[in-house]
Amino acid sequence: MSNSTNKSAPKGNASNGSVPVLDVEDLRGGYGAIQVLHGLDFQVDEGEIVVILGANGAGKTTTLRAISGMIERTGSITLRGDNIGTTKAPDIVRKGVAHVPQGRGTLPELSVEDNLLVGAYIRSDNEVDSDIEQWYDVYPVLRERKNQRAGSLSGGEQQMLAVARALMSRPSLLLLDEPSLGLAPIIVSELFERFAEINRENGTTMLVVEQNAQLALGIADRGYVLESGTIFAQGPADELINDDAIRKAYLGV
Amino acid sequence: MELLINRIFDGLSNGATYALLAMALVMIFKATTLINFAQGEFAMFGGFIVMVLVLEQGLPVWVGVIVGMLLSAVLAAGIERTLIRPFDPSDHLPLVIITLGLFLGINAIAGIVWRFDPRAFPEMFPSGNAFTWGNASLSWYTIGTLVTIAVVAGLLTLLLNKTKTGLAFRAVSSNLESSELAGIKVGPTLQFGWAIAAAVGTLGVAVFVASPVRQLEPQVMVTGLIFAVSAAALGGLDSLGGAIAGGLAIGLVQSIVVPYLGIPSELSLFAAVVVLMLVLLFKPAGLFGTAAVERV
Repeated sequence: MSNSTNKSAPKGNASNGSVPVLDVEDLRGGYGAIQVLHGLDFQVDEGEIVVILGANGAGKTTTLRAISGMIERTGSITLRGDNIGTTKAPDIVRKGVAHVPQGRGTLPELSVEDNLLVGAYIRSDNEVDSDIEQWYDVYPVLRERKNQRAGSLSGGEQQMLAVARALMSRPSLLLLDEPSLGLAPIIVSELFERFAEINRENGTTMLVVEQNAQLALGIADRGYVLESGTIFAQGPADELINDDAIRKAYLGV
Repeated sequence: MELLINRIFDGLSNGATYALLAMALVMIFKATTLINFAQGEFAMFGGFIVMVLVLEQGLPVWVGVIVGMLLSAVLAAGIERTLIRPFDPSDHLPLVIITLGLFLGINAIAGIVWRFDPRAFPEMFPSGNAFTWGNASLSWYTIGTLVTIAVVAGLLTLLLNKTKTGLAFRAVSSNLESSELAGIKVGPTLQFGWAIAAAVGTLGVAVFVASPVRQLEPQVMVTGLIFAVSAAALGGLDSLGGAIAGGLAIGLVQSIVVPYLGIPSELSLFAAVVVLMLVLLFKPAGLFGTAAVERV
């Protein structure tokens, strides 16, 4: 598993030499009059995979939507020392947060290659084509289907495409919302292996919301457990996976 | 036989106008699943701008057409920004009412400014016939209208498929939320659609009234819009190629089927709608449309 040790120093001047990639304090938010998040505090460090676990309705998806500006939120959200707590959705990706929403979020009428180009929409450098080739190497099936409409791909292929598209923006932080949803177990474990590999080889920092706790904790460094919009437990992944209360509640064992 | 050939050519050149207006409707529908009922009036207003530029300001006719298209694009962008964008794009009823309001408002303003008398419009294509066979003839006007829709369709296709703005437009049409998460600003992207639609519509009216037998008046597109909506729906509402096929088909129905079946010309509009209803009964997504365009 990757660790947060001694990556190239992020900008900022924290005394211990490392500012978290994402630092969230007292995050509150919801939909209209209904408040879902009741003051969350959590961090994601450089190069980590952090997982957010919790039952349906605990606020996992809402947490990600709050970070990426898809809902009204209050509190402090700091990305590498940069306050993004009031940044609106289309500008969040320019700050370095790429969000793969629940249910894939591909552009079904567009070709696979156009989906990847949309992922690079904010970029104006000339390495877009070589990045596309890089993600085709990671996910060869996408190369095979590059001229097909994204909507014609299988669920697993669409999830790969959604992830590759998000990574085309070269984010500092990748948010993944329930990547396993609706996929066959064998596809899901392949998908998660690939996440771990991308994290290892590219140093991509990830915040993953997942129902499949066993699987997510398997690749994660740390985890938070949400309950009714508050953080109920937190710790290193291997501690959470062995914690009896959590095993009972979320691992179904 | 010669009469039939002439009717086919007439149908095609009328159909070209419906096709251009239908393409304008498709540009907005693709992005918002909204039918802009004011599209015909936008186009009529653009037609008057062209008339002023050419007949009153003395610009060469095609320069006037292009400047008129640009001005109507700017006007439509302004209307989108002030009257459309403040409303929730997923709630169609208020937006439909706004487009109906625009329909009446723009028509009234055009009536106040230019009055309701028909006006001459400059010819955009050479007069006379390019080919003649006995009593059948193909006019330069018919050729010009068909070349115009081919050029517009080609340019729109390039714009949508080969430019970054076009990519953003297609992305927003496909999935609003994912487009935003990719950094695309939805408002300006939809505004771009409104602007392009207005420019194409203006060209459509200009081509229509450039016919030697027609004149420009504020009511010129009131029934034209119904033909264009029918054409767009026939083609599938989200397909530019479908809009062209639909426009030409409606034009042909109007000029061939109606006289041969002896339907009174007062009912020709109704006949076009009947054809549309029959097609939609058997193929609800239209001839070339994307079946079940699901939006999240």
